[in-house]
Amino acid sequence: MISTLSSVLLSTVLAVEIPYWGQTSFRVLGGLVAILLPAGGLVYVYLFKMMSFMQSRLGPMEAGPYGSMQLLAEVGKFLQKEDIVPAKADRVVFLGAPFIVLLSTFLLLLVVPFGPDAWFVDLDTGVYFAMAVSSVSVIGILMAGWGSSSKYSLLGGIRAAGQLVAYELPMILAVVGVVIQAGTLNMNEIVFAQANGEIFGIGVIGNPYILTQFVGFAVFLIAIQAELTQPPFDMPVAESELVAGYMTEYSGLRFLLFFIGEFATAGVFSAIAAVLFLGGWYVPFLAPEHNLYNVLGPLVLMAKIFGVAGLIFWFRFTYPRFREDQLQRLAWKFLIPIALVNIVITGVLKVVF
Amino acid sequence: MISLLAQISNGDDLYVAQNIFWWFFAIVTVIAAVKVVTTDNIVHAALHLVIVLAGVAVQFVFLGSEFAAATQVLVYIGAIVVLLLFGIMLTRGSLGDDGLVDTERRGLGALVALLLFGLMAFSLVDGFEDVLLPEDSRNLVEVTTPIDTDIDDDEFIRQTRGSDTAAIGDAIFESYIVPFEAVSVLLLAALIGAVVIARKE
Repeated sequence: MISTLSSVLLSTVLAVEIPYWGQTSFRVLGGLVAILLPAGGLVYVYLFKMMSFMQSRLGPMEAGPYGSMQLLAEVGKFLQKEDIVPAKADRVVFLGAPFIVLLSTFLLLLVVPFGPDAWFVDLDTGVYFAMAVSSVSVIGILMAGWGSSSKYSLLGGIRAAGQLVAYELPMILAVVGVVIQAGTLNMNEIVFAQANGEIFGIGVIGNPYILTQFVGFAVFLIAIQAELTQPPFDMPVAESELVAGYMTEYSGLRFLLFFIGEFATAGVFSAIAAVLFLGGWYVPFLAPEHNLYNVLGPLVLMAKIFGVAGLIFWFRFTYPRFREDQLQRLAWKFLIPIALVNIVITGVLKVVF
Repeated sequence: MISLLAQISNGDDLYVAQNIFWWFFAIVTVIAAVKVVTTDNIVHAALHLVIVLAGVAVQFVFLGSEFAAATQVLVYIGAIVVLLLFGIMLTRGSLGDDGLVDTERRGLGALVALLLFGLMAFSLVDGFEDVLLPEDSRNLVEVTTPIDTDIDDDEFIRQTRGSDTAAIGDAIFESYIVPFEAVSVLLLAALIGAVVIARKE
């Protein structure tokens, strides 16, 4: 976001040509900001404050005004801890696992557009690419589960893999409806399709696909909740049975990486949901071609991310845990058939209208 | 992807970076492939297989076919290797080397690998000879609508960019519809067969 933004700014306003390595550095910097800012924001607003509010307590209050610096304190604490590797663990696999999980998050972010010209990569296969790389995190989780050489970790890893594979299907199928309606896989073009869309001839607010694809939106939200292994889908990390599942043996920096990975992925999945169903960086009454969007877009998208993530965390704090068989039944017997019916209906309506 | 990078850099230095990374990923892929068959630890073999498949996906990106790369990741890394690892971890949880991976038929295996390599190398060289990758594969699609000349560069790119994913979709559902349906039926048969075998009663 920052990369393209600054390159547009520098090349058009200041007429400076940025070399390739400079653009790459900007992109890396922009990626870090776009990953860490929503992740930190989500942790503070929802995990610290909203959860506390729902449980009738204050939450962190000491570090900074209203505990807003608590996150920095937590990060500092984790960085000080010793990075322990169990004696019998498979060292390389154990140490590498958190990075694979984080890699999946960063790859997911690549295709999210933040404005008409503010994107990292404008891939032709945008949504498909996102669905493909989201499955990479399973490898990291299996590596963590197996490499820790602990039965809790192994059980957690296997539960996580079974769950993630099961919920990937409804996630992909839920997106197909949007793709059919937009007629493109490119994320930015999906935003344009929503911005220029009309509902029964009324195009004032465009056509955010949540209105026509609300079934897809519901299925997608449930599926990403499961992909994040958050309650009520937290069987893989169920603390009363498995300590912390595949994360049991991790401490210090590597636990922090898993933690960041979880909330950064929540942010990125929310961004993808916002782009696909809520119109992405577009706000009504401002034409999508307007240059202002390159500045306004990231802020609009951020607001929408927090909206979608609010729903996710609301579910997280409200519902009790599913049993393993209920969890699998929900995916295979409920979500997948609904998503398939949604695809058929969308296809028929697309041909009719 | 390549075209995209070319637009950004507007220069020849791009191809230096591209060549370096091509060699980097090629060497990593080959080393990982050797490791898959030489390691004594079956989980390590599966994880090295992930590197090999990811390396192939990267090569697809270098060839300008993002769709094939994404499919490679989705199907092979996201599904097949996960299933492999899942099966291994369910059946044997032990860490460390297990001697069962090695076999005595190394020579035969090497022979088959060599034959397969020769066959594939020959068919690739024979099929493509010295065809170069078009500099901008997206602009190959013929532009049928008249282009408005007043628009800026970004809008021009957006309008003239052909979509290779759309081309693949059209090809599957027009020219190759019969093989596609045949594969679908085959997969369905395999699925039903698996269910029948799994439920013995």
